[in-house]
Amino acid sequence: MTAVSVEGLTKIFNQGRSDEVLALSDVDLTVGDGEFVSLIGPSGCGKSTLLRLIADLIEPTTGSVTVAGKPAAQARRDQEYGIAFQQAGLFEWRTVCRNVELPLELRGVSKAERRSKAEQMLELVGLADFAGHYPGQLSGGMQQRVAIARALAVQPPLLLMDEPFGALDEMTRERLQSELLGICATTGSSVVFVTHSISEAVFLSDRVVVMSARPGRITASIEVKLPSRDEVGRQAPVYFEKITEVRQALRS
Amino acid sequence: MIAGLVAAALVWEGYKAVGDPEGTVLFGVRVLPRADDLSMPHLWTVLQRLADPEMTGGRPVWLVVAEACLFTLGITAAGFLAGALIGLLLAAMMQRFQIIERGLLPYVILSQTVPLVALAPLIAGWGGTLMPAWATVSVIAAYLAFFPVAVGMLRGLQSPSAAGAELMRSYAAGWWRTLVKLRFPAALPYLFPALRLAGAAAVVGAVVGEISTGTRGGIGRLIIEYSREATSDPAKVYTAMLGAAVLGLLVAGLVALLELPLMRHRRHVEVVTL
Repeated sequence: MTAVSVEGLTKIFNQGRSDEVLALSDVDLTVGDGEFVSLIGPSGCGKSTLLRLIADLIEPTTGSVTVAGKPAAQARRDQEYGIAFQQAGLFEWRTVCRNVELPLELRGVSKAERRSKAEQMLELVGLADFAGHYPGQLSGGMQQRVAIARALAVQPPLLLMDEPFGALDEMTRERLQSELLGICATTGSSVVFVTHSISEAVFLSDRVVVMSARPGRITASIEVKLPSRDEVGRQAPVYFEKITEVRQALRS
Repeated sequence: MIAGLVAAALVWEGYKAVGDPEGTVLFGVRVLPRADDLSMPHLWTVLQRLADPEMTGGRPVWLVVAEACLFTLGITAAGFLAGALIGLLLAAMMQRFQIIERGLLPYVILSQTVPLVALAPLIAGWGGTLMPAWATVSVIAAYLAFFPVAVGMLRGLQSPSAAGAELMRSYAAGWWRTLVKLRFPAALPYLFPALRLAGAAAVVGAVVGEISTGTRGGIGRLIIEYSREATSDPAKVYTAMLGAAVLGLLVAGLVALLELPLMRHRRHVEVVTL
């Protein structure tokens, strides 16, 4: 079964008005089970729009989105995915633990169960000691890790991430990339990851999907097979080759 | 707060000491008030008057003022609660339906420009038939109190970012659960200042409402009664005004108490960087 299947997807904002924008034009995309796919492209290429369409946060103009074998709207209602944005978007009036519990709470999971689940997720992102803190007390990188823990809390088969490390410094970013890969290896989740960093896309992904702007469409799909995804992988010749390949695809 | 009281007392007595007893008149206009004992009695005279009986052989003034304040506090509390509730409901409705916001908000603002004096006789007419007389004063207090809550709460309910709303949508949460889990808690920092304004407005509404509906027993009425004796007993009216001021402080303090348990997360400020 495929995690995500997008067919003939077109999205027009403000259709029929003078400020009409063709954001996506005839996009096809398939993400296999357990596959890590990055969407990369210049700003305005519709990569975030594509992610939001998969998440059923906005409606497509034409075309269909299938997530875990169901229409996107049904998949959203069944919480088949977890989502994380560029801004951590934590609720400042909830402690770290209660933030992670939020999606479980909305699912009607019992209090004891969601507490233990949240603690487990915080353990995974290395923030077990900060369960009782409020988001305002944490640095940006830590907040982002809480947001990832929150996205993982319902153990979704699919993770949707919209530049989750975009606002972080290089060092924090690299550490979180490794953490994310470790988490995905443990949970077996499929990931759709929006980024505008070529190196990030190549390092993380099984496949890098390159998009172009106006109208947004997919121009290339590049398979990446690194020997390992760690410091050795970052030094491997194939890593640099793939970076060059993605860069050329972005230029053309 | 103590320092504020001392400062106010010093300004009062200081002005009395240096101010012209006939007031300062510039080009025929009195710009500063008279400082004589009739217009501005000494503070200790006012305090002394509190201890004296209201009329010869009657109860002491402080007891009468305190009872009147309690009576008005009850009216204020009822008006405040009703007003806050109406304000919250209006804000939630306006947040939910944009058409209601567009249609209703101008009238909500308009409601506050209608002179209270014009409304009071109408509402006073409900007393005795539709509701007890004191409740009509509560209606006037509520009429003033709902406004800051409606406007402040609407702003607060609209404050969450688009990302927050999208997150709730991704959890398949409907309007009600988004309201309870996201919009309402996010609105609290807007709600509390609005409630303070509403508290002050409810006190003003209760005092003015008592006067304009002619309701007996409250501090508003007492101010009017005592002010008739201002020429012979100037300190007496100030005891009632002092009572009204204490009532205002009391209401402000009670509203501030509401805030404490709900805003705990605001008090931790130290940022951990790891």
